Amino acid sequence: MKHTISVLVENEFGVLARVSGLFSGRGFNIESLSVAPTLDPDTSRMTIVTRGDDRILEQINKQLNKLISTIKVVDFTGEHYVERELALIKVTAESDSRAEVLRIVDIFRGKVVDVTPRSFTIEVTGAPDKIDAVLELLTPMGIKEIVRSGPVVIGRGSKGVTG
Amino acid sequence: MSLHTACRLFQKEVVLKLTGSQILLECLRLEGVETVFGYPGGAVINIYDDLFSSSIKHILTRHEQAAVHAADGYARATGEVGVVIATSGPGATNTVTGIATAYMDSIPMVIITGQVPTALIGNDAFQEADICGITRPCTKHNYLVQDIRDLPRMIKEAFYIARTGRPGPVLIDLPKDIQVASMSFSYPETVNMRSYKPTVAGNDRQIGKAAQMILKAQRPVLYVGGGACLANVSPELLQLAEVLQIPVTTTLMAMAAFPGNHALSLGMLGMHGTYFANMAVTECDLLIAVGARFDDRVTGRIDAFAKKAKIIQFDIDPTSISKIVRVDLPVVGDLKSVLTVLLEKLRALPQEIEGLIEQTSDWRQALAGWKKTHPMTYKASDSVIKPQYVIEKISQLTANDAIITTEVGQHQMWTAQFYGFCQPRTFLTSGGLGTMGYGLPAALGAQIAFPQRQVIDISGDGSFQMNSQELATLVQYRLPVKIAILNNNFLGMVRQWQQLFFEKRYSQTCLELPIDFVKLAEAYGATGLRTERVDEVESTIQQALATQGPVLMEFKVSREENVMPMVPAGKGIHEMVLAS
Repeated sequence: MKHTISVLVENEFGVLARVSGLFSGRGFNIESLSVAPTLDPDTSRMTIVTRGDDRILEQINKQLNKLISTIKVVDFTGEHYVERELALIKVTAESDSRAEVLRIVDIFRGKVVDVTPRSFTIEVTGAPDKIDAVLELLTPMGIKEIVRSGPVVIGRGSKGVTG
Repeated sequence: MSLHTACRLFQKEVVLKLTGSQILLECLRLEGVETVFGYPGGAVINIYDDLFSSSIKHILTRHEQAAVHAADGYARATGEVGVVIATSGPGATNTVTGIATAYMDSIPMVIITGQVPTALIGNDAFQEADICGITRPCTKHNYLVQDIRDLPRMIKEAFYIARTGRPGPVLIDLPKDIQVASMSFSYPETVNMRSYKPTVAGNDRQIGKAAQMILKAQRPVLYVGGGACLANVSPELLQLAEVLQIPVTTTLMAMAAFPGNHALSLGMLGMHGTYFANMAVTECDLLIAVGARFDDRVTGRIDAFAKKAKIIQFDIDPTSISKIVRVDLPVVGDLKSVLTVLLEKLRALPQEIEGLIEQTSDWRQALAGWKKTHPMTYKASDSVIKPQYVIEKISQLTANDAIITTEVGQHQMWTAQFYGFCQPRTFLTSGGLGTMGYGLPAALGAQIAFPQRQVIDISGDGSFQMNSQELATLVQYRLPVKIAILNNNFLGMVRQWQQLFFEKRYSQTCLELPIDFVKLAEAYGATGLRTERVDEVESTIQQALATQGPVLMEFKVSREENVMPMVPAGKGIHEMVLAS
C-alpha cells in the first residue's frame, strides 16, 4: 500500500544521505522524495512516498525516528491532507496541434511557461493522478521532456506539524 | 585602557585560546577518557603532537582495525566509551570493520579520524576518503567538523549519543585545518538535542500487564540478549529468575549476563544452542525477551520459533520490537529501570508468585529431564586433543573468572558451550557481525582496562592470522594476555558446513601451510608453547598462566571435530542435529 510520509529533520551536513541511505540499505522502496528547508532554516521537511505492508511501514517509521537528525515523522495515510505535485512538460506543438494542446492545458488549469514555434512548455500542479491524466492526454501530441517534483503534502485543518 | 590592563587581557586571551587538537584532547579529558587506542598519520599529526605531552595514555596498535577492536574490548569489559584515533584515507577505512563490529553489538565508542583540510575535501586529495559517507550505515551517528566553533558541542554530543539509549559507535571526522585553527574554549555542560531523546522509563501500564502475563504462565522462559549486558542488569535478572523460578536461556551476546552454573540456566539457544534451551523455547507458553533482537542465528526458521508462546519483549530500541517476530506485549525503555519496576510490581504480589512457582513446577521438571537426557557434551578422546576439552580445562584452571575473548568460528561456539561464564562483562565476542580477528585486539583492550585480571583470547588458527600483528602491541606494553589457539589447520566452521551440506568438498578451507605459531610468538618477544598430547593440555595451560607477559599456546586439536548440536539453515530450532 502507498504511504506518504513527512519527515522533519535537522538541516545539516549529510542528512539527505542518511535518509536515502536508510531506505536503500534496508531495502525499503522510495517512489518519490522532495525536500526543502522550512520557515526555520535549521530544519528541512522531506515528503517521501513509499510502499509496503504494515510491518514494513512500522519499520520505516521507527527507523526514520531512530536517525539522530530526525525531529518528527508523520505518516499521512488515513489522515485528511492536501497533496500537490508540480510537473513541467515540454510538448510538441506544431501548427496542426497547437490549439488542441492549449485546450488541454486550459482544462487542467495549467500554464504555458515557454513557447517556441514547435513546442510549448507547460506547468501543471495538482494531485499526482491529475498530472497522470494530463500526461495521458498530451502523450499523443508528442512529449519531448517531462520533470515532476514528486508530491508534497500538508495536513488539513488548523493544526500544524512542527518539531 | 592602561597598558597593564591591555597586557592582562592579552594574556587571558592567550591562555584561553586552544587549537582544535588541544580542544579535542581537553574534551576527551573532561569526558573522563584515560586511554585512547590509535595509529598516527599525516592528517592527525597535530593531535599526536599534543598527545606527546598529554596525560591521556595512547596505545599504539599495529593496525587501525585492531585499534578499534581494542577500544571495543575496553568498552565491553568496562562499560565505558572506547576511544580511537586514526588518520585520514586508509587509516580511516581500516577502522570500518571495527566500527561495523561495534555497531552490530551496540558498543559505545567514539572514533576520531583525521581528514584532509576542508578546502581540499572532494578533490581526491592525498589520503582522502569520504569516511562520513562510508560509515553512515555502520555508526549510530557521525560528524564532519566544518567549523572549529562546532567542535566542543560535537564531541559532547558524540559521547552522549554513544553511551545513551541503545549504545553505539559515533565517528568524528576532523579536518587538518580545524585541528590547527584556534579559538577560546569552553565545554558545554549539557547536551541539548531536540531530535535525540532516548526513552528511559518504560510505560508503567505495559509493565503492569507484563507482570500479569508472567503470573499466568505455565511454561515461561526468559530469553536474554546482549542488551542485558549493556544495561548492567545481571543482578535484576538473577532476582527475577530466582524470585519467580523461571528458567533462563541466553544468546551468545549474553552468555556472561546470567551465571552458566545456575540451576535455572539453560545455556545458549539457537543454531548451536543446547537441546534443552531450544526445546524450552519451542515448548514454552510465555517467552520473555530481555534486550534480545531475535537474530536469525537464534530463531532458525521464524514460523517455527516459539509458536506456542505469547511473547513479551523488553528493549530500549523501538526498531527491535516486532522487527522479526510479532510480539504480544512490547515494553520500550532502559532495562535497568524497566526490570526494577517489574520486580517491584511482582514483589507486591507474594501469593500470586507462590501460585506461579507451583503451576510451573512441572515445567521445570520437564526441563531438568531434558538436561539429563540431552546434556551439552562431546566425545572425549585419549589419543587426540578435543578442542572442547581445552576449553573445559581453561575454564577449570581460571575458576570461570577470566575475561575471555574469542575470534569467530568453531572455537567461538565451543567457548560459549563449554566455558561456563559466571560474571558479567567477562565474555567479549563479535556476535552480530562475526568478525574474525576480533579476539586478540579485544583482549588487549580488556587487559589495558584491567591490568590485574586474567585475560585470555581463545582463537582458531584461521582467525588468529587476521590480526596476529597485535602480538607486537602485547609485548610492547607488557600485557600478560594469554592466547589459546585451537589449531586444526582448517577454517573449521566453513569446513563443517562443507562436510555436512556440500559433500565434503573442502573448497579453500584447508590452511595447508603449517604455521609455527611458537616461533611466531617468539619472533615478537612473547612466549610460545605447543602441545599435541592430551595429557599435556593441563600442564601447558598451567605453565602459560604462571608465565609473566604474553603467552601463546598452540593446541594441535582433532582436525574434523564439529560443533554440535546444530540447527541446519532453514530449519526450526527444535529440528537440531545432535551429533555428526
